[in-house]
Amino acid sequence: MDSIDLSQLKLDGDRMLVNMGPSHPTTHGTLRIVLELEGETITRAIPEMGYLHRGVEKLGESLSYQQFIPLTDRLNYCSSLMNNVGYTLAVEKLLGIEAPPRAQQIRVLVSELARVADHIVCVGVNAVDIGAFTAFLYLFKQRESAYDLFELASGQRLHTSFTRIGGLFRDLPESFVPKTEQFLVECTAAIDEVEALLTHNPIWRDRTAGVGVITAEEAVNWGYTGPCLRAAGVPQDLRKSQPYLGYETYDFDIPVGTTGDVWDRYLVRVEEIRQSLRIIRQVLDRLEPGPIIVDDPKVALPTKDKVYNRMESLIHHFKLIMHGMEMPVGEVYSATEAANGELGFYIVSDGGKNPYRIRVRPPCLPIFSSFEDQVKGGLIADAVAVLGAMNVIAGELDR
Amino acid sequence: MITEHIDAQLPDAITDRHDFRGDQTIVIGAASLLPVVDLLHREGFQFLVDITAVDWPEREPRFDVVYHWLNMASQERLRVKVPVADGASVPTLALQFKTANWFEREVFDLFGISFSGHPDLRRLLMWQDFPGHPLRKDFPLDGGDAFCMEGCTAPYNNGERRG
Repeated sequence: MDSIDLSQLKLDGDRMLVNMGPSHPTTHGTLRIVLELEGETITRAIPEMGYLHRGVEKLGESLSYQQFIPLTDRLNYCSSLMNNVGYTLAVEKLLGIEAPPRAQQIRVLVSELARVADHIVCVGVNAVDIGAFTAFLYLFKQRESAYDLFELASGQRLHTSFTRIGGLFRDLPESFVPKTEQFLVECTAAIDEVEALLTHNPIWRDRTAGVGVITAEEAVNWGYTGPCLRAAGVPQDLRKSQPYLGYETYDFDIPVGTTGDVWDRYLVRVEEIRQSLRIIRQVLDRLEPGPIIVDDPKVALPTKDKVYNRMESLIHHFKLIMHGMEMPVGEVYSATEAANGELGFYIVSDGGKNPYRIRVRPPCLPIFSSFEDQVKGGLIADAVAVLGAMNVIAGELDR
Repeated sequence: MITEHIDAQLPDAITDRHDFRGDQTIVIGAASLLPVVDLLHREGFQFLVDITAVDWPEREPRFDVVYHWLNMASQERLRVKVPVADGASVPTLALQFKTANWFEREVFDLFGISFSGHPDLRRLLMWQDFPGHPLRKDFPLDGGDAFCMEGCTAPYNNGERRG
């Protein structure tokens, strides 16, 4: 195996090999990086992945479209709601249907909450890795509040499985809106505090500015998306450029950096948290009552009282569970702006109950593939900063 | 429309096309991949979003290598499919697009399709002496022999089963 060969490499006296991972406090999931060092300078960095490979795409071929939703939770497990939304949008594109307005608004609401939670994890953990522990505590308190909201909405903190094809699994409980209002106030205050702790902190700036610099052309060539691409100066955000779920009707800005270094990525993420809070505010203001799933017995399960009391509904329920949906033959690629970048689902349907092929385009795989390029010639401490700012999530990387 | 530009500049390159739910798809032969990619790059399709493959065991040629492109100026997307037979190879794009490096390694790993000219064509997700290619349709869902360790050299213990 490669990694074993690596660790047995014959090195001359000046160089040494350092293993980061597969289980290491700064690797955020099981991935391994073999660093070849000369003093503290990195001369080679060989990333190795696959430790969390569980064959999601293979499994998807044996599951019905509806059954795949729980697997999407486990892609980027920091913001599983956004994966749920991205996947159901892909299947809805294949079916040619659209969720009702309230479902779309709630999807935007939970997606942005998930984005806030994901950026909080990324910024907070990046700060801890570099040594700024206090900011982490302020941020993680807000993350807990966000997860409480997820729990309120879906019954689960991490593996939410909140969406269904054609809508949502259930409506928001009554206490959700006031609690989200409270979260908006508290989170804004916490972000202000974190900015006071980090943005104006010379040590934080010294550790992040100029580390992991990348030009806009290089970033595009490497396939960067999301905050890392925007930090490099490319204003590409699918919520603006290819709007879905009515994002074009919300008022928000796309923060863009200039150098693409860890410092810019941090600033972009912090600003994106603020912009997401802005979107959440707008959703709360316009949330209208209505159905939360399409009224189509060929797609959505009928309600329990109908199943128990009406023959047709019982038949529909049975047909949907046993035979699945009637899918058109064809292929679609649907992409959404997840916290890390473009999360794409490519689905090939042969008309059967299960997808013929389901491909997940993970945003952090192309970003992580540039890791060696990013850290070569830098210090080992910078590798930790770069890895944190890339926000590599092994669940999504390895699938 | 990009497909018209391809038709005008590289006639006969496109062997099949369709438009489903707003997704433009073109099918081209492996030989015309590099000229088409050059043209796409000049036309502004500079973002290679994804490379993957689909296995059609009953069909000849057996695989489709599927590329997704994005034009960041016009936000137009294009899907390019290259049919390839089992054992045949596709020219690599890793020299023009760095993002292709790992995506092609992944396709090689999971489908066993090789990319000629790739600088470092190794498995990406599975271990190096893993037998078979998991995303092929004839690979068993439970992993089959590969995970039973019988007749398979495990990456540890010198390839021998303990006990």
